[in-house]
Amino acid sequence: MGILVVKPGALTLVEDLGRPGHAAMGLSPSGALDRASLMLANSLLGNPVGTAGLEVLMGGLVLRFVTASAVAVTGAEGLVRLNGTEMPLNKGVRVAPGSVLEFGTPFFGLRYYVAIQGGLEAPVLLGSRSTDVLSGEGPAPLKAGDTLIPGRSGMGVGNSNVYTSSFPVIRRAPDPERPITLRIDEGPRADWFAPGAWQRLIGQHWTLSPDSNRIGARLQGRPLVVDRAEELASEGMVKGALQVPPSGLPTVFLADHPVTGGYPVIGVVRQADLDLLGQARPGQEIRFLG
Amino acid sequence: MTNQADHADELRILGCGDAAFLAEFPNLDSVLAHYRGLTKGGPAAGSLPAGVIDVVPAARTILVTFNPSVIEGAAVHHWIRSTPPERSGAPVGSEVQIEVRYGGPDLSDVAHHLGVSEAQVVNLHTGSAWTAAFSGFAPGFVYLVTDHARLHVPRRSNPRTTVPAGAVGLAGEFSGVYPRQSPGGWQLIGTTTAVLWDASRREPALIQPGDTVRFVEA
Repeated sequence: MGILVVKPGALTLVEDLGRPGHAAMGLSPSGALDRASLMLANSLLGNPVGTAGLEVLMGGLVLRFVTASAVAVTGAEGLVRLNGTEMPLNKGVRVAPGSVLEFGTPFFGLRYYVAIQGGLEAPVLLGSRSTDVLSGEGPAPLKAGDTLIPGRSGMGVGNSNVYTSSFPVIRRAPDPERPITLRIDEGPRADWFAPGAWQRLIGQHWTLSPDSNRIGARLQGRPLVVDRAEELASEGMVKGALQVPPSGLPTVFLADHPVTGGYPVIGVVRQADLDLLGQARPGQEIRFLG
Repeated sequence: MTNQADHADELRILGCGDAAFLAEFPNLDSVLAHYRGLTKGGPAAGSLPAGVIDVVPAARTILVTFNPSVIEGAAVHHWIRSTPPERSGAPVGSEVQIEVRYGGPDLSDVAHHLGVSEAQVVNLHTGSAWTAAFSGFAPGFVYLVTDHARLHVPRRSNPRTTVPAGAVGLAGEFSGVYPRQSPGGWQLIGTTTAVLWDASRREPALIQPGDTVRFVEA
């Protein structure tokens, strides 16, 4: 029965659109980093857009389908093979029993999204099956030998707080050799920074650090200088916030971010641009448009 | 009940991207009063305007996040500014009783620091009504405050690498219970078997912001 995990790849997680609305009890929203890609993959199979699928970091995943199913792969672009033959991306594909699906290292982007017809069975916490790497809630990362059980349509998972208003369309994954551009607005503590800090933020090409993860995208570049000696009392943090620790190097908070933080936020990335950041590779250049 | 003119000056609303505002207040009492006003009936009671996602209290601020495709930022801004605070002290949430076995590793240090006996520390801790002010640090961890300063102690100068789940501690103006094993710098005065966070419960967090907490000796 189900789908056997032959190789889990670098990090493969079960994600849907997360569990926003519980920050007051200390829980991050979590959910797919590239939401539009997960929604597209589900749409291609006729699943509700917020159905749980797989988020596959950098490929390496190998699955064997014990029972017949249908899959759609979106997000990152690379060589994905079904029984040794290249499989089209951004398309629903039938899978016969015994089939093997292998994910190569992506050429563009960082995270593949895999929707399975009917979704995946996993325990539901507060309306979501997503893995939250900060709190450790949700299913454990896939490991070799696991069996994934397809769901029966993904019905019953409907979180009214998730954005589902726009119809998902295919968006090319970013070329890791080219900078990505993210729109940004001034954050609540922009006035805590030295004069010229905002210009320095939007005027340079930042580089995505390899120690980035689902909690935050860490940036390398010329540091931003905080102008105040006082300590900030911890305050609520949003997805997309650029929190600046004493090093002056910002972290952009992503889906599994801590709900509160004690360093000033200089700017906040537009929510619609966070999907793109979820596909940026370590070493990739990032510009902010503010 | 206060009118809008009385309370509007004490809050400052800061922009926080295209889907949130951060409201800033002069002190924690003001945060709690406004949090009570904004979430009357409790945050889970469906009392928030459609499209408002999270109302997150902290020490000096309340973060409000929203879905801009459901509600406009201007409407959220107006809702924050025009909602009167509730200063009655009437709790928004429920009263939670937590049984504690006192005698944690820092109880004697705490008593020494405060210049009282260990029994008096226990009496003060059980005799105070604690208000759940805000969460943070880990799911289910809630910062509890009370209406006097007689239990204010500094954090440990040397944080522990491991604090067990259920440890009851004091730090600064706060008391709290560790929901899971983790590192920590709070002064530990007891332990409880109460489960602060259980993902399989319908309401995973035992204590929610706005709740009143009473500690009793086990």
